[in-house]
Amino acid sequence: MAEHFIQPPHWEWYILVYFFVAGLAGGSYALGTLLRFSGNPDNEAVARAAFRIALPLLIICPIVLILDLGQPGRFWHMLIDTTPGQTGLIFHNWSPMSVGTWALLIFGFFALVSFLEARALDQRVRGALGGTIVRVLSGGFGLLFNAIGALFGLFIASYTGVLLSVSNQPVWSDTWTLGGLFLVSGLSGSAALLSLSAHAQAGGGNADARVRRADGYFAVMEIVLIVLFFITLGAAGTLPRVLAMPWLILWLIVVVSLVPPLMGLAGGRQAGPAGGMAAGASGSGMATAALVLVGILALRAVVIFSAQI
Amino acid sequence: MAEPVGFFTDTSVCIGCKACEVACKEWNQLEGNKPQFLDSFDNTGALDAQNWRHVQFYDRVPDAPAVEGNGHAWLMMSDVCKHCQVASCMEVCPTGAIVRTEFNTVFIQQDVCNGCRYCISACPFGVIGFNANTGTVHKCTFCYDRLQNNLMPACAKACPTQSIQFGPLSEMQKKADARLAQLHMQGVTQASLYGRDDKVYGGLSAFFLLMDKPEAYGLPNAQNAVLPRRNNRGGYLGGFFTAVVGVVASLVAFRNHRMAEGTSGKGGAAAGRSR
Repeated sequence: MAEHFIQPPHWEWYILVYFFVAGLAGGSYALGTLLRFSGNPDNEAVARAAFRIALPLLIICPIVLILDLGQPGRFWHMLIDTTPGQTGLIFHNWSPMSVGTWALLIFGFFALVSFLEARALDQRVRGALGGTIVRVLSGGFGLLFNAIGALFGLFIASYTGVLLSVSNQPVWSDTWTLGGLFLVSGLSGSAALLSLSAHAQAGGGNADARVRRADGYFAVMEIVLIVLFFITLGAAGTLPRVLAMPWLILWLIVVVSLVPPLMGLAGGRQAGPAGGMAAGASGSGMATAALVLVGILALRAVVIFSAQI
Repeated sequence: MAEPVGFFTDTSVCIGCKACEVACKEWNQLEGNKPQFLDSFDNTGALDAQNWRHVQFYDRVPDAPAVEGNGHAWLMMSDVCKHCQVASCMEVCPTGAIVRTEFNTVFIQQDVCNGCRYCISACPFGVIGFNANTGTVHKCTFCYDRLQNNLMPACAKACPTQSIQFGPLSEMQKKADARLAQLHMQGVTQASLYGRDDKVYGGLSAFFLLMDKPEAYGLPNAQNAVLPRRNNRGGYLGGFFTAVVGVVASLVAFRNHRMAEGTSGKGGAAAGRSR
C-alpha cells in the first residue's frame, strides 16, 4: 500500500479546461490524419473538418495554461533558461511538463499549417499563401507532414495523464493508466465532434458512420483502461478516494457517456453499412456528442479533483 | 564548492517551544498564516509558503498510568525541507528554478519560478507551498543568505535544547550515530535515524533522529520514498500502446465499409486531397 504525505498543487479549473481541449485538439488532428490515410476519398471532407477544429481548440491551451501560472508573465521560462549565468533553451526530458511545453509548441505549427491547408482546399484562404501550402502539401509530403503532426497530436492528448502520474500525489502516481485513458477519451470526444461535422455535411453519412464506429471502438478501449485504472488504484489502496462522493456521480456520468458510442457500435453491426447508423443518428447526433464530451470532462474532473482533496 | 552542510534534528530532545518557527519567520520575513486552533499545541498546521519550520505534536499519552522510564507521552518534531540528495521537486521543475547550491542544499530561485506548482505535486514531504502574493512557490532556503555569510541558520541558532543541530554534513552524521548509540545503550530501542543513509532519496541534508516509525511523524518510509520519474516509463508506454491500438481501430473503422459502399479509394491516401 502506498502512503502519501503530500500537499496538493491546487491544479483546478484552468487545468481541467486544458486537459479537456488538449485531448480534443490532439485527437482531432490525429483522426483527421487517419481519415486521410484510410484511402477513402469521401473521408476527406471530415478530415478537413478535423484540421479546422484542431487549431481553435489548441489556441485555448496556452491561454489557460498561462492563466494558471502564479506568474503568467514568466510563461516563457518553460522554454528559455533564465537561471543567472545560464543561456539557451531549457528542456528536461524527465519532466513531462517540460516535454509537453515543447510538444505543444511544435504541434501548434502542424495544427496551424494543416488548418490553413484545409481552409485553402475549401477555397476559404486565397492568394499566394493558400496556394503555396496546398502545393507543398500535395502528395506524399503532405501525408508525411500529417503523420508527424498526428504523432504530436497523440502525444498532446496523452502526456497530460503522464504528467499527473509523474508526481507523488495519491491516485495520480498510483497508476500508469492515465496517459492511455486521457488519450482514448480525447479520441472519443474528437470522434463525437467529427461525427457532428460529418452529419452536417451533405452526403456525409458514410463518413459519419465510420467516425461513429471508431468512437465505439474508443469507448471499448476506455472501459478497459478504466478497469485497469481501478485495479491499479485498488492495489495502491487509493481506490476509495476516487469512488467517494461526489466523485461517484462523475463516474456515473462517465459510464452514461459511454453508452451512445457502444450502442452505435452494436447498432452499426446490426444495420450493416453506414446508412443505418447515419439515419438513426439524425435526431440525436448533437445530444450524443454533447453527452460524450460531458463524459470526457467528468473523467478528467474526477481524476484531477479527487486526488487533491 | 563549499562543504556540504546538514541539519541533524534530534526529536528526543525537542520540547515543542517553536523557537525555530519564530526565528525562521523573523529572519526570512515571513508573515505567517492566521493561527489555527488545531489538535494539541499545534497552531501552525503544516509546512507551506509561510511556514518553513513546523513543530509537529503527536499526542501519545497512554491511557494507563505512566511508570518509571515510560515517558513516551508526546512525539514532537521540528519539520523542515529535507534538502534531498535526489530531490523530487528538482526532478519535475520545468523551468530549472530549483537548483542545488554550493552547500549541497536545495534552493528555489524566486526570479526564475513561474508558479506552475508541479514541484508541490512531487514533494513527498509536503514541504513546498504556493504564495499567491508572489505568484511563486516557497520553502526553507537553509538560510542560504546566512550560509553565504558564515552564519548558522536561524532555526538552529534559536533552538534552546539543541534539538536542531547544524554543521558540516559529515560531522552531523557522526553526532547522530553517537546519539543513536547512546539511546540504544539506554534501552530506547525504538530510536532510529531517518535520512542519515541513502535509503531515503539518496540521503537527506536535513535528517532526523526519530522516536517512532517514520509514518508516525508523517514521513514516508524507505519503501514509499519514491521519485516521480518512476512513472515516466509506465505512463508513456501506456499512452504509446493505447495510441497504437487507437490508430489501428481508427483505420479499421474508417476503411471497413469501403467495399460495401462501393467507393473505390484506389487513388490512395492522397487522392482526396484536392480542391
